Amino acid sequence: MPSNRSVSDAPITQFINCRILRDHRLQREDLWVREGRILDPEKLFFDEQGYADKRVDCEGSIIAPGFIDVQINGGFGIDFSQASDDVSAGVSFVAKKILEHGVTSFCPTLVTSPPAVYHKVLPQVKVHGGGPHGAGVLGENRCVRPPPEDELQSFPELVLTRSSICGPFGAGGWSGSQSVVRELCQRSITCHSVANLSQAEDAVQTGASFITHLFNAMLPFHHRDPGIVGLLTSDQVPAGRTVYYGMIADGIHTNPAALRIAHRAHPSGLVLVTDAIAAMGLPPGRHTLGQQVIEIQGLHAYVAGTKTLSGSIATMDMCVRHFKQASGCSVEEALEAASLHPAQLLGLGHRKGNLDYGSDADLVLLDDALDVKATYISGEEVWRKGP
Amino acid sequence: MRLSSFRRAHRCFFFFCLFPSRTMKLIILNDYDQASEWAAKYIRNKILLFRPGPDRFFTLGLPTGSTPLGCYKKLIEYYKNGEISFQYVKTFNMDEYVGLPRDHPESYHSFMWNNFFKHIDIKGENTHILDGNAPDLQAECQAFEEKITAAGGIELFVGGIGPDGHIAFNEPGSSLVSRTRVKTLAKDTIMANARFFDGDLSKVPTMALTVGVGTVMDAKEVMILITGAHKAFALYKAIEEGVNHMWTVSAFQQHPQTVFVCDEDATLELRVKTVKYFKGMMHVHNKLVEPPPSDPKKN
Repeated sequence: MPSNRSVSDAPITQFINCRILRDHRLQREDLWVREGRILDPEKLFFDEQGYADKRVDCEGSIIAPGFIDVQINGGFGIDFSQASDDVSAGVSFVAKKILEHGVTSFCPTLVTSPPAVYHKVLPQVKVHGGGPHGAGVLGENRCVRPPPEDELQSFPELVLTRSSICGPFGAGGWSGSQSVVRELCQRSITCHSVANLSQAEDAVQTGASFITHLFNAMLPFHHRDPGIVGLLTSDQVPAGRTVYYGMIADGIHTNPAALRIAHRAHPSGLVLVTDAIAAMGLPPGRHTLGQQVIEIQGLHAYVAGTKTLSGSIATMDMCVRHFKQASGCSVEEALEAASLHPAQLLGLGHRKGNLDYGSDADLVLLDDALDVKATYISGEEVWRKGP
Repeated sequence: MRLSSFRRAHRCFFFFCLFPSRTMKLIILNDYDQASEWAAKYIRNKILLFRPGPDRFFTLGLPTGSTPLGCYKKLIEYYKNGEISFQYVKTFNMDEYVGLPRDHPESYHSFMWNNFFKHIDIKGENTHILDGNAPDLQAECQAFEEKITAAGGIELFVGGIGPDGHIAFNEPGSSLVSRTRVKTLAKDTIMANARFFDGDLSKVPTMALTVGVGTVMDAKEVMILITGAHKAFALYKAIEEGVNHMWTVSAFQQHPQTVFVCDEDATLELRVKTVKYFKGMMHVHNKLVEPPPSDPKKN
């Protein structure tokens, strides 16, 4: 029974008995949702004299904005960079499976591949909203080595809309000119980089905004040339801009001490990414993925028969828990690193990554140990933990 | 034998609640928390004994400010325990600032929402707060009076007072037969309020809409909460001196049914005789807040 016919016939849901993450802190407040968006209950009460049609008892859960994974290469046996004719089915499969890890939207990521792979895969990845069918696709992300300038022009157009994932990069036997940075930024391409600090600062001033998985695949920190890591405390970042940096907080790719250094130096730019490969979500044991045989032991994925790490297999909720435990940060900070910060990085802070009035009702319900209990997209339950 | 005496006790309880003596009561509790709890229990019992229903709403007048906060907290607790429901309660608030945006944190709309309404099961359509942003303020005040009349008058009006003895925004010198109207705030009130507006006097609203003394006098019953030593002189003026428009709360000496609920601190300016007399009555008055006999037909 719609309670406020004058404004909208849509039913109103009230989440009760919960603590919601708003204004950087957990608050004992109810959360109200109508038409897939978060509603201001005070306006509803006084202006429309409306009330909730349905109440959801959250049994004391934390409600956080749904997690956003901006760097995920695959999972559950699917590799997004496999140039097949059915990439979109693979993306959909992963999109559905990551709901149980609290992820409500993501950027499927392609690893560095021959141009033919980009041409084949990219047109098949469509930006679309999430729902019971799976997490929303915000656009895809290409993780590449800096291409030579002349090759750049032949890159296929990206389908990314409004997002602006860019990696500061620069010379590493290659001259990273400003025009290349600009081009990459406009086309939302993320790069691995071996730039020194002044090159990285140049890149930021030109428009680069994201450091791809800090510490991994970049020059190590040196006190006379801190390299890209130095961007975290750089005084050359233009006023009002934030440099964001990805963190693979799986306890394997980054030492907890390094994680703490980064977090303490620049907490508001920390973006948790899984950088997960196809083996994420698979049970322990041997798996054949494409050309590779991988052996999963705990959180490690080795190239079978060796001790060579073949990539991250941590899920997003696992990364959130590990980040909190390793850095000693608050629950709020841990949750925002997986929601607010990636949304801000993508330029979507006005409607995702927070629980402000008017934002999308993409929610994750968690217990105090930060285990996911349920996931909602646009106010609709899309996953719930079995009893 | 035992059963019949139990029944008699119930009959006495009903008799006491339905036909209370037509007199002013002064309830003296040890501290703020106890005073708040007593007031909340009194309101709870009034609502329960009224047996509100879809065709029978209980009408409740409500104040804002720091004094009633504890009382609201207790009422919320009783609602959450399932002791009372506000489904069939209509509320009328005493006052609201003029020109302050409704969603301003200091507006009385925000106060009522955050401290009471959002925690209970009352419907928006059953709450009434004056609109300080109405295009025609006088018409808004007139309409408010008409809404009270249409609701059948107010059963219980709860109020607090200022240190200068004002009730609602009926500042010293207000007519004791005044109705709902636009009022310019006294300098003292504006200065006292500055702390809520970054200490900036220029941001403090200077006008308010308020129910009149006469509007509150029309209620069947009035309950005034007074706590703290800074209100002691006002309580003395309210009950031990004559009716005086410079202490507007003193008007309720002429109301047939008024309860003043206060803490020890607020009695500091009263005569020992007054305090002793009313303290001696507490065993009688406390019957008013005993849990009412349980009734299978809960509202």
